Amino acid sequence: MTRILELESQISESLTEALSHSEADQTEVLAYAHDTALTRFSNSSIHQNVAEKNVHLSIRAIKDRRIGYASTNRLDRKSVQGTVNLALEIAKERPEDAEFKSLPAPKPVHGMSSFVPATSECSPMQRAEIIKPIIDKASENKLSAAGAFSTEVAVLGVANSLGIKSIHSLTQASLNTVVSSASSSGFVSFISKDVNELNPEVFADKAIEKALMSENPAGIEPGRYDVILEEEAVAELISFLAYIGFGALAFQEHRSFLYGKIGQKVTADNVTIWDDAHDGRTIGFPFDFEGIPKQKVVLIEEGVARNVVYDSYTAQKENKESTGHALPAPNPYGPIPTNLFLKEGDSSLDKMISSTEKGVLVTRFHYTNVEDPIKTILTGMTRDGTFLIENGEIVSGVKNLRITQSILEALSNVQSISKITRLIDTGFGTCNVPALKVRDFNFTGATEF
Amino acid sequence: MKELTNLCLDTAASLGATYADIRIINHENQSLLVKNGRIEDISSGTSAGFGVRLIANGAWGFASSFLTEPEEIKEVTRLAYQIALASATIKREDIRLAEEKPVQDSYKNKVVIDPFSISLEKRLELLTAAEKSLRIDEKIKVAQASMDLFRTKQIFAGSEGSYIEQEITQCGAGISATAVKDGEIQRRSYPNSPRGQFASRGYELIDSLDLTENAGRVAEEAIELLSAKNCPSMKTTVILDASQLALQLHESIGHPTELDRVLGMEASFAGTSFLTLEKLDNLQLGSTIVNVTADATIEGGLGTFGYDDEGVKAQRTSIIREGRFVGYLTSRETAPVLNQRSNGTMRANGWNRIPLIRMTNINLEPGDRTLDEIISGTKDGIYLETNKSWSIDDKRLNFQFATEAGWEIKDGKRKTLLKNCNYTGITPEFWNSCDAIANRDHWQIWGVHNCGKGEPMQIAHVAHGTAPARFRNVQVGVGK
Repeated sequence: MTRILELESQISESLTEALSHSEADQTEVLAYAHDTALTRFSNSSIHQNVAEKNVHLSIRAIKDRRIGYASTNRLDRKSVQGTVNLALEIAKERPEDAEFKSLPAPKPVHGMSSFVPATSECSPMQRAEIIKPIIDKASENKLSAAGAFSTEVAVLGVANSLGIKSIHSLTQASLNTVVSSASSSGFVSFISKDVNELNPEVFADKAIEKALMSENPAGIEPGRYDVILEEEAVAELISFLAYIGFGALAFQEHRSFLYGKIGQKVTADNVTIWDDAHDGRTIGFPFDFEGIPKQKVVLIEEGVARNVVYDSYTAQKENKESTGHALPAPNPYGPIPTNLFLKEGDSSLDKMISSTEKGVLVTRFHYTNVEDPIKTILTGMTRDGTFLIENGEIVSGVKNLRITQSILEALSNVQSISKITRLIDTGFGTCNVPALKVRDFNFTGATEF
Repeated sequence: MKELTNLCLDTAASLGATYADIRIINHENQSLLVKNGRIEDISSGTSAGFGVRLIANGAWGFASSFLTEPEEIKEVTRLAYQIALASATIKREDIRLAEEKPVQDSYKNKVVIDPFSISLEKRLELLTAAEKSLRIDEKIKVAQASMDLFRTKQIFAGSEGSYIEQEITQCGAGISATAVKDGEIQRRSYPNSPRGQFASRGYELIDSLDLTENAGRVAEEAIELLSAKNCPSMKTTVILDASQLALQLHESIGHPTELDRVLGMEASFAGTSFLTLEKLDNLQLGSTIVNVTADATIEGGLGTFGYDDEGVKAQRTSIIREGRFVGYLTSRETAPVLNQRSNGTMRANGWNRIPLIRMTNINLEPGDRTLDEIISGTKDGIYLETNKSWSIDDKRLNFQFATEAGWEIKDGKRKTLLKNCNYTGITPEFWNSCDAIANRDHWQIWGVHNCGKGEPMQIAHVAHGTAPARFRNVQVGVGK
């Protein structure tokens, strides 16, 4: 606990120091500090094991509607003052920004509980002890385990000269593993604020089961199949939607698939997607990188496009209020939702499999990328557990397949949704999602393993 | 600084570490982005700190901090030691490093015009003019011009006696126009996507790009693409422009030849490699005209340096010789598997990351024809230009790329513009179908500034020298 108090104190002092030193008309200070440790294993041994202490301080200074940005990773007084001065110098050298109105004014931020001492105190030896049963269980099954286990303490502070000052701390523990045989692999992941929620034995069993079930995979012809997408695969689709079109900037620039579609049907009735950092099932800060409280925003409701998310700049352009989804300035990507939810259904993975005459079960996707952001066409490969289903049963593993698929088309073809949801780390936030059964999913290629 | 590095190395030795190194780094960057008539990003940043890597009980430990101060160096070295002891509880065998002679040296890349010395006003003037020239029609919804400058000053000190100072200055710039109409979105970029061309050079690179002079054409092509014919779905001959070929080389040759991937060290994240050890010297990976080198010494390449982050001197080695797979990218830890010494490719994304095997400048050596000769010798096919998206499986076999633009080739002539072009293939089949590579007049080194690898994620600056090349019997128009 000493360390977190120390970090919070450092952040608070640097926010105050920067604001008091600034001679700009308006000043915003963003400070982020973290202690992160990550243990990586492969071939059933620890091969990389790292720790990092770092801070980031960035200044947005506005003088006569001219904006400058500067950042540093030092929090001593001289560095903070120097960075404030640099931001102001940069601002003075640029032309006026006619579209800029103001930094946001303060709003009440509701607290949330995001800090778990056990996670913050997890030692290198404890991380090794958590990994060991996974490696041992894999070895007992003549499989090889690889993965990464990280624990993180992070403190975010935002202040501006209009009165915003918010500081919040969180912890995060995440673990992923791929368990492999000569011809197959299985994957499982975990993310939580609380490292004690991780049961390594149960965790290992899931990956091992997939690796064993998918040994000696068969090749199948690419084509359109009914598909069951496990949570990891679903999160990939939903997070790409967020990246390419749930933000106001993409919408205002007509790049979003939701442009011109608000109030219209864009997916099946059983699809509802929203963003809510305050939901206890997710991990996030209660305010965004401008210090604005994060709002719950319904993006797609029973298949109908409803909203996009805003930061202060995009909100001002439409005379709206920010929804609290700003990324750190300067931010050419615009606001993006990072605590996504897809509404659960009443089905289960077992029911989905037993109701499938012929189909494919996908554990997760690999190296996905957008080919068309308006048509939401994504390509990528399946990975670490792809199975053929026939007559209501998994009959074998299959060699990995390439998808070239419109995400919105897939979400228009959702046949059933699991009741159980899981929190998935998507790299730029989290998605809490169920498994989906989707008809006519487009597999356009296959690989050799 | 030697006092600080010695403090680390002495502390590590006193704890019982059998090997240690420390990197003290100061990195600065400046970023400019002019978009839709507005300066979106005008920022300057620094990141400084140190990282300690050591071996104790035969296993690795690494710790890092932003506070480069004596007490912190001792504390972080002790933490790295504790981490190594934890690693040692789950190991198969002790880490063994390939031999390397200690070096005391310094390196600074050649820069004609220091990009940091160019005034902000002048740089903004260039980008503002280029961006304005993109906005030729209301269908252009996003016009942008960007510029990035980087400078890294680094000290490497190792327990075997090396002490190396390096200073590397890099920069890049580019423009792009995105046109949108009736649910159709098309983008054109110049000179490459994303954010343009990058090199370990000075402002002379940016001066040479002629951004404003190319802006009108870029915008016109983006608009023209909106109403262009869709890429048909078929197997055909493709000619890849040099920039797209650079990414093809990156994904399907560069990554799979990283020996750490081959040995499973990236298995849970980016994956492994189809280029397993028994294939070395035994696989015809490409046609006989395909020659690929890893060259960290070439002047100006974004993957050029003096020494890697293990203190190994930059080298030029063969990866593919006359189509045969002959070499991996290696490190001091992995090279002994091949009974070799490291070929010097270990690089870290800053003071707070461990070095990993990274591409340097992975180059497809030039062929013997002009681009006109290649096109005129093609009866039917498609010319594909500028990457739009990329994807490849976790052993680097099945790939799919989309490009911003394509042109039909009919009877040896480049004809109709095509939109929504993509192509797919299997790596060895694809490279074995290569039957023409353009000559050195068309050869250029393309900087790739966004190469991701590792956990925690590291972004590396690498590059690829390429000239346009022709491939037969390639599936295009996937998913149409």
